[in-house]
Amino acid sequence: MAASLFDKLWEGHVVDHLGDGMDLIRIDRHLIHDLSGPASLKMLSERGLSPRAPELTFATPDHRVSTEPGRTGGGSPANDKALAVLRRYCDRYGIQLFDLNDAEQGIVHVVGPELGLTLPGLSLVCGDSHTCTHGAFGALAWGIGNTEVTQVLAAQALIVERPGSMRVSFEGELGPSVSAKDLILHLIGREGAAGGARHAVEFAGEAVTGLSMEERMALCNLAVEFGASFGLIAPDETAFAFLEGRRFAPKGELWEAALQSWRRLPSDPDARFDAEIRIDASTVAPQVTWGVSPEDVVAIDGRVPDPAAAEGEKQAEARRHALDYMGLEPGAPIEGTPIQHAFIGSCANARFGDLAAAAEVVRGRKVADGVRAWVVPGSQAVKRAAEAAGLDQVFRAAGFSWREPGCSMCLAANGETVPSGERAVSTSNRNFVGRQGPGARTHLASPVTAAASAIAGRLTDPRRLGAGG
Amino acid sequence: MTPFESFASKAVPLPIDNVDTDVITPIGRVLEGAEALVRYAFESLRFAPDGSLRRDCPFNDPAYAGARILIGGENFGCGSSRETAVWALAGMGFSAVIAPSFGGIFFSNCFKNGVLPIVLAAEDVAAVARHAAGGSEILVDLGRQRVSAGALERSFEVPALRKEALLDGLDDLGLILKRQEALAAFETRDRLERPWVYLSPA
Repeated sequence: MAASLFDKLWEGHVVDHLGDGMDLIRIDRHLIHDLSGPASLKMLSERGLSPRAPELTFATPDHRVSTEPGRTGGGSPANDKALAVLRRYCDRYGIQLFDLNDAEQGIVHVVGPELGLTLPGLSLVCGDSHTCTHGAFGALAWGIGNTEVTQVLAAQALIVERPGSMRVSFEGELGPSVSAKDLILHLIGREGAAGGARHAVEFAGEAVTGLSMEERMALCNLAVEFGASFGLIAPDETAFAFLEGRRFAPKGELWEAALQSWRRLPSDPDARFDAEIRIDASTVAPQVTWGVSPEDVVAIDGRVPDPAAAEGEKQAEARRHALDYMGLEPGAPIEGTPIQHAFIGSCANARFGDLAAAAEVVRGRKVADGVRAWVVPGSQAVKRAAEAAGLDQVFRAAGFSWREPGCSMCLAANGETVPSGERAVSTSNRNFVGRQGPGARTHLASPVTAAASAIAGRLTDPRRLGAGG
Repeated sequence: MTPFESFASKAVPLPIDNVDTDVITPIGRVLEGAEALVRYAFESLRFAPDGSLRRDCPFNDPAYAGARILIGGENFGCGSSRETAVWALAGMGFSAVIAPSFGGIFFSNCFKNGVLPIVLAAEDVAAVARHAAGGSEILVDLGRQRVSAGALERSFEVPALRKEALLDGLDDLGLILKRQEALAAFETRDRLERPWVYLSPA
């Protein structure tokens, strides 16, 4: 019978069927970090257990580390303590740790693929919801809670409910200054933040196969904001070229054998999906959020929605609440809204290609007065590559801070926040109430939109600055 | 974990869609520790900016004191995987959450902590919420998989494995560990087919 990419990935990892759609799934790779890792490692130890396969678990601190140049820790005693706990358990259990200023450190979802820990066909979990990022390589990857992190450490398997399947096809070509970030925000805006709930979502279509791996990762990164259980893209030559020669990728004969296996992963031509969505990518404009859920999104040349025009009282109330929190007027053009912060970073958009695209917008220009603009590279490797290409100089000359790798202002766990009532354009993935700090107002956007907005001091259509894709 | 028993209790209606786990447990409170994350759960909804309790928030309404059921909107618990969101709900005394849909990771985390997430059709959730408004009790019967709100009675689905784990007060690590032999057999086969997956010799 014809099988989808998801069917093949799932069935390739089922150890046992446990009834009612619950399956025992073998875990091939496990990433841990300094937010959910310490408590889960402690739980493991308290239950008198130890890791079953420590060689398949890798750790790096990202959520709670300072990104201040010259940093020595987490920027607070509590964060320093969490890092110490992570180090202690990794040492005790023989888990490889890419520590604070090691050459491999960075955001887990940037580091995994860079090191070739992420491969097509693998099952990969992490105590972080954006683990769906790794699905860009055709891996079965998803975020888990603390208890499940402990379970994976102890047993290298999890009990998971098999979701339905969905295919989202982006047809046509992307317009100028439109990126994968805009595609996924547009999808979430159209279908809602629960549009992909209880489904494994495969992204397909020529607009997706034409994307770089970095763009594909940005697309899959926000699959969880679409409510999806998994975000997937069929592995192809673009994925293989990205991975070949990476530190933990197979080499020689093993690489050839792996390639043969990976080439069988894409969905069969007549594979069936429980749901199908088709979007003409050429009609998608640069997107920016106006509210407190990623589904609260409009084209940059659009307007802030009016609660009076809502469908029903519940939506009207949600809009009033969002506009009140965001300090926006109904019906106003979203473009031109003044900002005080610009954050280019996070597991959504802090890879080399993201920084290069933003740098092209910034080159020869200056950040507007009154705007605090940061670039936080996704990893040490991204930072080195960007510096080798002179991107740091472009950003610094424009007035951006060039910082150390970490999650930083995306979730503000490291004390790096947007002050209450102030407004940020951010390349991260969540505009929730208080996400970037209590009272912080977040507008999600692509790297080029964030860069153009930093220069103008207000939310700005990157097409005005002739920004590339 | 305490075994889950059927119960009747008041229920707090929170008819807001997309309540995310950052709203349930803001990161600053997560980092302060177990006590703060319960005390300041739903902080932006429950507290005014000056730190006083908001009177218009259902969590602060004395009519719902002692409620063990929360009635949420669509996509309840979306966002971050932080299990603290469920710990906070449990810490506030909630044993069940009824909503039309849930964030996937939150849904899974609930079962690990003795909290039952119940999916009902949106109109049924609304009817249950109407019944609960003002302090009437709702009955949650996990054994029979039924929710009763006055004359309204609705059944809900829960996989047998999860149901039994809740009724027995177990998380599923025991079940997984019991299948280590099957896992070892899987790995022996798989290692031949996909040797590059295993980063160590057998």
